[in-house]
Amino acid sequence: MLSDEERHEIEAELTRYPTRRAASIDAMRIVQRHRGWVSDEALRDLAPLIQMTVDELDGVASFYNMIFRRAVGRHVILVCNSVSCWMLGAGRLLDAAAAAAGAPQGGTSADRRFTLLPIVCLGACDHAPVLMVDGDLHHDVDPADAASLLARYE
Amino acid sequence: MTDRPLTGRMREDGAALDLRAYERAGGYAALRDALRRLAPAEVQKRVKDSGLRGRGGAGFPTGQKWSFVPMGADAPHPKYLVVNADEMEPGTFKDRLLMERDPHQLVEGVILSAYAIEADVAYIFLRWAYKLSEARLARAIAEAYDAGYLGRQILGSGYSLELRLHISGGRYMAGEETGLINALEGRRANPRSKPPYPAVVGLWGRPTVVNNVETICNVPHVIGRGAEAYRKLSATGEGGTKLYGASGRVKRPGLWELPLGTTIREILEEHAGGMRDGVRFRGLLPGGASTDFLVDEHLDAPMDFESLQKHGSRMGTGTMIVLDDRTCPVGMIRNLEEFFAQESCGWCTPCWAGLHWVADILRDFEEGRGEMADLDTLAAHARLLAPGNTYCALAPGAAEPLQSGLRHFRDDFERHVREHRCPWR
Amino acid sequence: MATIFIDQRSYDVPDGMNLLDASLTLGFNLPYFCWHPALGSVGACRQCAVKQFRDEKDMRGRLVMACMTAAAPNTRISIDDPDAREFRKSVGEWLMVHHPHDCPVCDEGGECHLQDMEVMDQQTYRRYRGLKRTFRNQDLGPFVNHEMNRCIQCYRCVRFYRDYAGGRDFDAFFLRDRVFFGRQSDGVLESPFSGNLVEVCPTGVFTDKTLKLHFTRKWDERTAPSICVHCAAGCNTIAGERYGLLRRIRNRFNGEVNGYFLCDRGRYGYEFVNGPRRVRAPRIAGRADAAAPSDAVARAASPLAGGSGAIGIGSPRASLEANFALRALVGPDRFCSGMGAAEHRLVSEVLRLLQEGPAPAASLHDAAQADAVLVLGEDVTNTAPMLALALRQSVRQQPMKAAAALRIPAWDDTAVRNALQDERGPLYIATVAATPLDDVAAATMHAAPDDLARIGCAIAHALDQAAPSPRGALAADAALVGRIAGALRAAERPLVVAGVSLASQAVLDAAARVAHALHAAGRPVRIALVVPECNSLGAAMLGGCDLDDATALLWPGSPLIVLENDLPRRCGADRAARLFERAGELVVVDHTLTPTAERATIVLPAATFAEGDGTYVNGEGRAQRAFQVFVAGGDVQESWRWLRDLMRASGRGGAAAAWETLDDVTGALARELPAFAAVRDVAPPATFRIAGTRIAREPARYSGRTARDANVTVHEPEPPGDPDSALSFTMEGFQAQPPPAQPPSALIPRFWAPGWNSVQSVNYYQTVVGGPLRGGDPGLRLIEPAAPGAPAAAGRAPSAFEPDDRDWLCVPMYEIFGSEELSALAPSVAALAPRAYVALNDGDLHRAGLREGGDAVVASADGTCRLQVRRVASLPPGVAGIGVGLQGAPWMRLPDRARIHPAERDR
Ligand SMILES: Cc1cc2nc3c(=O)[nH]c(=O)nc-3n(C[C@H](O)[C@H](O)[C@H](O)COP(=O)(O)O)c2cc1C
Ligand code: SF4
Ligand code: FES
Repeated sequence: MLSDEERHEIEAELTRYPTRRAASIDAMRIVQRHRGWVSDEALRDLAPLIQMTVDELDGVASFYNMIFRRAVGRHVILVCNSVSCWMLGAGRLLDAAAAAAGAPQGGTSADRRFTLLPIVCLGACDHAPVLMVDGDLHHDVDPADAASLLARYE
Repeated sequence: MTDRPLTGRMREDGAALDLRAYERAGGYAALRDALRRLAPAEVQKRVKDSGLRGRGGAGFPTGQKWSFVPMGADAPHPKYLVVNADEMEPGTFKDRLLMERDPHQLVEGVILSAYAIEADVAYIFLRWAYKLSEARLARAIAEAYDAGYLGRQILGSGYSLELRLHISGGRYMAGEETGLINALEGRRANPRSKPPYPAVVGLWGRPTVVNNVETICNVPHVIGRGAEAYRKLSATGEGGTKLYGASGRVKRPGLWELPLGTTIREILEEHAGGMRDGVRFRGLLPGGASTDFLVDEHLDAPMDFESLQKHGSRMGTGTMIVLDDRTCPVGMIRNLEEFFAQESCGWCTPCWAGLHWVADILRDFEEGRGEMADLDTLAAHARLLAPGNTYCALAPGAAEPLQSGLRHFRDDFERHVREHRCPWR
Repeated sequence: MATIFIDQRSYDVPDGMNLLDASLTLGFNLPYFCWHPALGSVGACRQCAVKQFRDEKDMRGRLVMACMTAAAPNTRISIDDPDAREFRKSVGEWLMVHHPHDCPVCDEGGECHLQDMEVMDQQTYRRYRGLKRTFRNQDLGPFVNHEMNRCIQCYRCVRFYRDYAGGRDFDAFFLRDRVFFGRQSDGVLESPFSGNLVEVCPTGVFTDKTLKLHFTRKWDERTAPSICVHCAAGCNTIAGERYGLLRRIRNRFNGEVNGYFLCDRGRYGYEFVNGPRRVRAPRIAGRADAAAPSDAVARAASPLAGGSGAIGIGSPRASLEANFALRALVGPDRFCSGMGAAEHRLVSEVLRLLQEGPAPAASLHDAAQADAVLVLGEDVTNTAPMLALALRQSVRQQPMKAAAALRIPAWDDTAVRNALQDERGPLYIATVAATPLDDVAAATMHAAPDDLARIGCAIAHALDQAAPSPRGALAADAALVGRIAGALRAAERPLVVAGVSLASQAVLDAAARVAHALHAAGRPVRIALVVPECNSLGAAMLGGCDLDDATALLWPGSPLIVLENDLPRRCGADRAARLFERAGELVVVDHTLTPTAERATIVLPAATFAEGDGTYVNGEGRAQRAFQVFVAGGDVQESWRWLRDLMRASGRGGAAAAWETLDDVTGALARELPAFAAVRDVAPPATFRIAGTRIAREPARYSGRTARDANVTVHEPEPPGDPDSALSFTMEGFQAQPPPAQPPSALIPRFWAPGWNSVQSVNYYQTVVGGPLRGGDPGLRLIEPAAPGAPAAAGRAPSAFEPDDRDWLCVPMYEIFGSEELSALAPSVAALAPRAYVALNDGDLHRAGLREGGDAVVASADGTCRLQVRRVASLPPGVAGIGVGLQGAPWMRLPDRARIHPAERDR
């Protein structure tokens, strides 16, 4: 069941487009903001409101990488592995982040505190290597500092 | 060089110009002027005359793109203007600056551009990762509505425009203009066939123009200064300034607004401060991941659309990625091709299958399993993933660093085969 | 026409046709995957690349996708160009990057378009060394098997399932080299057209799950051109057999009828042929073991010999020949159509409307081309499924004009869809309750049958003031009626769809009035009238009486001969039982042990459509021949042969007793009944030969013939002869090698062309790829309306339906899976058939004290029955829907008033 809050937010999005389908990505993002990820159940909740089938919704969801179709930890760490960051040590940063977070690449830590995902270019190549935690962008990260950086996220 | 129309009024402290500050700095004057005195066709003409070319990568003349939109009483409505703020080309970080630091400049550009094509609704299609841009744009849009720059009867003129911010679900392909249209419609971001072009059949089947953030940000200056003055800003005559950037092992990675046509050497050595101590320059991708490598011999080329084309590369986004001698070129190309393979939408065979194979071979090289014959396979892909052979420009873009990399760094590839390992590891 | 140049030679092709279509039409072997003649071009696979040159001087040219490029005057392309060849070969290699090369264990092997195209590309060596991606497959229900690892991402499946057939529980997921085609989670595919995935998929991702249970390779199948017997649409099929088992049904292209597709009932209903209820030897009541045919015939014939008043009950599911033979045996006055009184009257009315006009019958092709449609009363998805698929296409006709104005060719599928978005042409649906086609309708109306008739009358009146206008309030608002009338009047190809499923004369009248009114307004209207069974119209054309009359005619103790008919389904168990009791000898000629056959004193084992030849008249009035595929074991023979044997043994039937071949029967039919004068020309006679030989039912590669019985005998049995058709039962004979060597279109036993082993070989049999078969699509229309057409029906519109506060008006509701007798015997179809039900809307459920899913007792004049309760919100108040023909559903006269209350258990 969609919460009232979710429903209101989605209905506001619906007014911004001429078709309901167009709001599907926004709707899934809204659900994700509230629930951390988009479960099968969430798709079933959304389908009637967006007037799409769960199959159609998942066809869209599975195309985009910022719609999480699997449960994530409390904090999502995105480590850029695109070219500039790769040159400047993204690999080591990923390893360091994995060790510090206790989460494997592409996975979630046992305490569900962190999910660690490699990500494509974050648009901060002049400050490589970079990573993003829950939307906070961290510049020029020294892999040695990964642990202290992540300590801020409880 | 002091005349930096796009960035000159940005604040030193990194904060955004708010409405008041923007207006004080002369913002929205061009819009007021245009709404009062210029018909849409005249706005279009000015942009055409200015020589403004798209800053999103392909460099298509902006005025010309607009001219394909059906105009007048019989034109289908609503018409749409879409700002491409997806900026997912690896090595590219220019639009972010424009949106974070001077969001009203973009909003004014949107209104002027929308007016030029008589659009009813505009969308800014924003990269999900740009949280700060999102907040600042949302605020600027709200301010613009309050001030009467958006909404019904803008500034008392007969022109109305709605501007909406859309946050992307995240895919490189969502930045390709027709993929973007599908994404905005709430679909998978597969590209669409052309013709019909979006200018005729775009969002929800209606005429639609898609322009890059930087392109749109130039429009107030074209209108404000006039086509001639704007054209003269460039070093070579292609019109205007350009946000150039550099990343990699240079002393001062960053972003600079310079006259269009500034030489690579000047950007690399004066603005980026040259290579870091202890590393040597080996080559660069001039404008993001999907451009051809340039090497020493090209450093004196002016960075503009035509010169770079002459040298076998492309201006792309104008943000260069610099390769140094401590980085394995094969590894760099592998990184690029993995990106493209991963971001392929899966629609056309050469791309989804070809790039997967290319990335697979490049991994083999890195891990010491490469064979000489694989070089032929790679070269064949670089040739076969050509524009027209694939459905959209993603795969041809991927072919550019591959084919030029094979040419310039052939020895490095062969060493991987001979030594059965990556010499840099 | 445009003159184009292919590899320097000039050809004339239709202007604007895409170059792939044009090249294939000209006979070039140009490989392709994502393109499909019915689905259009999308340019995804990049397999059809050719070199295009600007002009004579251009030597470099550039690669273009043939499917995405229109032929214009002086278009110059090269298929042979080395660059184009290299690129196509590369596409072939790319497609194999992930393909598992599992042809030996893949059901598609030997008829795989991917195999064919790889050979065409000369792509024989794989260089890719990496790991192949793997997927988890899904259970998609009883019809379609899923093996995603074989996928080549051509997107045909989603384009058919979603864009063409309107299914929404199937999609593309993920991206790059791992696009997954399927459902969000395991589950039965909801579209009743899902089986087409099997033919649309160019490789072995989607395969026929029922075939898997008794698999055989295409080259080991004996096949013949056949006609679907599971509804009146008359779709053309290819039925395939090996070793005495019917293995599967595939589409047989007919441009006028079903085109490239079939519905799932038609594709999977065939399993009844192999079923445990089949009768394979004569049975004589009271005897434990099978009777010898001669005994059974002698016993059945003896009461006939005296000339006593034997009654023959024919069947709308039996062939013309079988019915005609029965008529010859008992005489025209004692011949019954096999339909109940109401059905007989209504089907005869349909026949009259089609014969007298003014609107000619619409073929399925016409229906798909219609640009404004009114559906009155018929839930076509469940009563004539392929008509629903055709109507789904009709809504694209009007918007297509807007695409044309934007200069988008009709074949440029994604461009057309992007330009038109959700725009749809006028399709108006007025039915008792919501139907699966409603999603594409411009408007829907749900009302009781009489109210539907009133809506029809109001539309007719809006079109033509001379038509009577219904009095009182209407169940649809006046503005909508006006809109419908306006849309029909403005259309270039308006169509009215109705039928007999509601058993309502008023609805049929109303539809006829709309057609009349449009005709009177000078519009070229067509009409599609849905009748229940594969030969309903043929049975009506043969005349005869209805079952009530037959009962009255039957003298107690006289013999009753029932042909391929289960009477309790037609008139209820009680009435049938009374009839059976009254009869002396009850002789049943049928292929299946129906309740009627169980009651028989003598059962003669009849051939199914696959075991004998026969002609069927579909709802359009098109006579089509189904050919015998194989010789059934046991004593099975065609019904008409049994009846002929009875004539011989009883000394009745006159000249008919001398019939030896099917051509004798059709010849006599054509001579005796003028309406059937053309029936002989439906297919070439048995004497027809190509190059002096018959047409082979088995392909040249058919294997195992000599080895099969080698452990028993090394002598090959003599192949059976076929006196009835120009086909041979073996591989000896003419093997099609088109072009130009192809059999007459009615006699094409399978599609194959050199290098083309898959279903796509049909390309080579068409005048234009996607167009009619060479020599014309098979089948002959027996009915064309007389000019200038009959006058409009007289009389007033019915009065409005008044709900009753105690009784419900029960109306029939149909299920694609379950309502039709024979397909319901197929296990795969039966698995999806619902239990017998009564449906009510929410208010009425409440009023009756019923709970969805519980049981209700329905008490009508025909007795009481217990049915599962279904909630159908769209039903009008006071109207209950009864699922007809379903397992466990007792017969009930419909429509009828009935009392409905909860079964004891639920109280
Ligand atoms: C795969 C792919 C990704 C692209 N991504 C972007 C992007 O993120 N931002 C952008 O402005 N243009 C992008 N483009 C270019 C757009 O297709 C389009 O050319 C551009 O937005 C037009 O704007 P302009 O004319 O102002 O340059 C991309 C192109 C391709 C082929
Ligand atoms: S080149 Fe083809 S598969 Fe690749 S992104 Fe474009 S359309 Fe999709
Ligand atoms: S490559 Fe990492 S931020 Fe650009």
